[in-house]
Amino acid sequence: MPPILELIGLRKRFGALDALADVSLSVAPGELVFVLGPSGSGKSTMLRCCNLLERPDEGAVVLEGRDIAARGVDLDAARKRIGMVFQAFNLYPHLSALANVTLALRKALRLPRAEAEARGMAALDRVGLADKARNMPGQLSGGQQQRVAIARAMALEPAVMLFDEPTSALDPELVDEVLAVMRELRAAGMTMLVVSHEMRFARAAADRVVFMDRGAVVEQGPPERIFEAPRSERLRAFLSRRA
Amino acid sequence: MGFADAFLDMAVIARYAPSILSGMGVTLALAVLIVLAGTAAGLALACLRATGSRRLSIPIVIFADVFRALPPLALILLAYFGLPNVGVSLSSFMVLFTVLALVLAAFAEEIFWAGIAATPKGQWEAARSTGLGFRSTLLWVVLPQAARMAVAPLTNRAIAITKMTALGTVIGVPDILNQATTAVSFSGDASPLTLAALAYVAIFLPLVIASRRLERRFQWRRL
Ligand SMILES: Nc1ncnc2c1ncn2[C@@H]1O[C@H](COP(=O)(O)OP(=O)(O)OP(=O)(O)O)[C@@H](O)[C@H]1O
Ligand SMILES: [Mg+2]
Repeated sequence: MPPILELIGLRKRFGALDALADVSLSVAPGELVFVLGPSGSGKSTMLRCCNLLERPDEGAVVLEGRDIAARGVDLDAARKRIGMVFQAFNLYPHLSALANVTLALRKALRLPRAEAEARGMAALDRVGLADKARNMPGQLSGGQQQRVAIARAMALEPAVMLFDEPTSALDPELVDEVLAVMRELRAAGMTMLVVSHEMRFARAAADRVVFMDRGAVVEQGPPERIFEAPRSERLRAFLSRRA
Repeated sequence: MGFADAFLDMAVIARYAPSILSGMGVTLALAVLIVLAGTAAGLALACLRATGSRRLSIPIVIFADVFRALPPLALILLAYFGLPNVGVSLSSFMVLFTVLALVLAAFAEEIFWAGIAATPKGQWEAARSTGLGFRSTLLWVVLPQAARMAVAPLTNRAIAITKMTALGTVIGVPDILNQATTAVSFSGDASPLTLAALAYVAIFLPLVIASRRLERRFQWRRL
């Protein structure tokens, strides 16, 4: 099957720093790719290049067969096909949970209100928060906020979903409810690219684990292989620090 | 002559009440027009500045700085006596309205801009990542949050600037203060000024109270 998302030779510099030095990665439909690596290794930058929140200096971001990093591409249209979930949730504080989910349905997809709300409620239901639809983000726990954020991204029915440390800002007891929602998404066949430090989740749910260091993909493979038989010295050192 | 005679001569008050009332109409009309035009213009300028284009933002910043720096009275006199020399002659009402609306626009631009700039980058990124364009993001995500931050400073500034309509007296705008000083010079009695003070309180006290309410409501809703 052709990849649904393919990064080819991505480079990104911040001043003198090579945040991404020739990163290539491909994600197959329905695959959950888990990205790990030390702080500053370029994981977020790579993820943000996937939906062009960060524009790579060189390289291609091929989404469903089309290079969306090329000049003249309608980014707003492309981004409807890629959902993103952030470490800090980034819910809109002035809108209810439901309005957070329906805003893009109404203003980007231009669905009529009733249809957007039906789809928004369905998305909230999938993350187990239909009963919180009218609550403001400030009235929800961190775990609930992140689930609303997942519903917001999911409601657009994207081809791929990107997660940037979705549980890092959560109290430990709230992590599992978010991971459970992510597992269900995966079971439903969503293609996911997940940056996280949750090794348990990687072992249980990832199809492939990618290890990044200093702006490059150092090693990748199935989770058992990566965790039980790391090949590179850098991955071994990283895993022993985390153990 | 006692205090009551000087400031509360009922006969004088009764005689000049109608002209002060008409002054109230002028002041109120000016205040409403200045607040509407100044706030709208300030908001529009802040939105243009938010595009990040230097060609737009440099002149906007210069405008805002100049109109916040100059004393409004100087601007009013300059416009009233200077503009006819370049072939523009505006009524004193129009001069006062235009100058104060521009001054409020300058402050409002800065206040809205501060709110836009203080809205976390993550809000923009979340909205853009769902395919919302720049304009939709600004309109539906950023401005509602920026406006909330702007309510308190903006209402304070709007009240301060609309009170400056009293400066119109120097160029002959028939506002409350102008009517009162005219009445004082005709009657030789200060009572019309008492009436003027009451008229100002009648207009601005409700505004002050309303702004307090508005502030409290927005704080509460932020939660
Ligand atoms: N906008 C930026 N301007 C300058 N430098 C940046 C910017 N964004 C990222 N960097 C730098 O690029 C490098 C890679 O950052 P990135 O956020 O991608 O790392 P990361 O792997 O996500 O790290 P973490 O685990 O801490 O989130 C870091 O050295 C970071 O300081
Ligand atoms: Mg990161």
